[in-house]
Amino acid sequence: MSSLQLKDLYDGFRDPDVIKGYQKVIATDAQKLSRTINIMEVCGGHTHTIMKYGILQLLPENIKFVHGPGCPVCIMPKERIDHAYVLSQQPNVILVTLGDMIKVPGSNGSLQDARSKGSDVRFVYSPLDCLKIAKENPDKTVIFFAIGFETTTPMTAALLDTVIKEDIPNILLHLNHVTVPEPMRALISDEACIIDAFLGPSHVSVISGSKIYEEFPRDWGKPVVVSGFEPVDVMQSISMIVKQFIENRCELEVEYHRAVSREGNLKAQAMVDKYFQKVDFRWRGLGDIPQSGLGLRAEYDKYNAEKIYDAVLPKEEIDDHKLCICGDILKGKASPPQCSIFGTACKPTSPVGSCMVSSEGACSAYYKYGNLI
Amino acid sequence: MCLSIPSKVVSIDTEQNVATVDTMGVQRTAGLDLMEEGSVAIGDYVLLHIGFIMNKIDEEDALESLRVYQEILEKLDEEERRQMVLDDDNCPSREAP
Ligand code: SF4
Ligand code: SF4
Repeated sequence: MSSLQLKDLYDGFRDPDVIKGYQKVIATDAQKLSRTINIMEVCGGHTHTIMKYGILQLLPENIKFVHGPGCPVCIMPKERIDHAYVLSQQPNVILVTLGDMIKVPGSNGSLQDARSKGSDVRFVYSPLDCLKIAKENPDKTVIFFAIGFETTTPMTAALLDTVIKEDIPNILLHLNHVTVPEPMRALISDEACIIDAFLGPSHVSVISGSKIYEEFPRDWGKPVVVSGFEPVDVMQSISMIVKQFIENRCELEVEYHRAVSREGNLKAQAMVDKYFQKVDFRWRGLGDIPQSGLGLRAEYDKYNAEKIYDAVLPKEEIDDHKLCICGDILKGKASPPQCSIFGTACKPTSPVGSCMVSSEGACSAYYKYGNLI
Repeated sequence: MCLSIPSKVVSIDTEQNVATVDTMGVQRTAGLDLMEEGSVAIGDYVLLHIGFIMNKIDEEDALESLRVYQEILEKLDEEERRQMVLDDDNCPSREAP
């Protein structure tokens, strides 16, 4: 048996011939479908692959995609960005966040704007960078504005773990972590929702395991295939979903088995559990979803920037422009070009609504690759 | 944002609990805090996400996927050949005198 090379892990899952192979398999199988099926890719990473590799054009008429809420940057409500903005203006504060947050506008502007007005805002690659910044600036308070789904939450927990173990006095957290199953449930509870099956996020599942989706086929009658991010992964997963429909099955299957197990990374889950607990979260475009976010447990209040700076943080909720139809896009009721300001008033450089905000948002992906459609 | 790149472990520093990984020729260090002690070895394929190794890629499972893809290609080749033969059988010009 041949052994695996690093190169295979890239090229093997992007092979254009294999993509064409699956195109034929899907086309043949789809003829046996009795109706159109609508697949939601929950995660923006998949939206990106689908648009970048022109996967929509490779699929027969009766297989459609609904682009999901899966980007933690896109779903960040303006009032949370305003929190970051206000925190960055406090005396002796260095606000640190991941690079993805750089351009997202709140009601006063983005964090980039805050920086150009003199705030010390730093965009980093890893939460671990906070440790270095804190050591170099002992007279400043470093606030980590933490974002991300299940994939990214354990890394924030690991940062806090180090802060506590090494007794670092000047790092605080502002948590904006969210979880995937709750919005999936919220979407399919809406009667107007047209979703028939889900493409499950790759790396969320690496951490949480495939078990978090078991309820969807079982209780909601929606098949789920956990898929990798490469184009061959996505084509194979679509093929698996189509086969479930023609064989009358409704199951949870894992295409991305090279990295996903049923249980996931238990150590990472335990780390998250130790420090964080479920809280309600208001999603940009989707509204309030109970228990869909993570907050610090009360015993770690002294690391909680939201508690410590409570007096200065704005409390009011801010919605997107009323012309924005992101909510409907996420439910599959509309697609981005149907928005009256798509590509005109709303562009990646001046996003009006959530789906245009990060490169993984549905409107942004359509804007970038739209000429292919 | 959750994208994460397959990398290969080059060395491990148990003192600092970090590994050095190779991502297509680029070497970086990555935290091992999220992995069970001793579960990552030199030569393992791992997924790297914002400075941490978040799990291992199962070599057998990856090879299995690649084998399935090869089979699909071969099957299609075979079908295409059969189709060509069939097309040949039906060649309209053959009916001409
Ligand atoms: S941040 Fe992660 S889960 Fe979200 S869209 Fe990007 S890849 Fe998917
Ligand atoms: S184009 Fe902009 S305003 Fe319209 S739905 Fe998309 S994000 Fe919202």
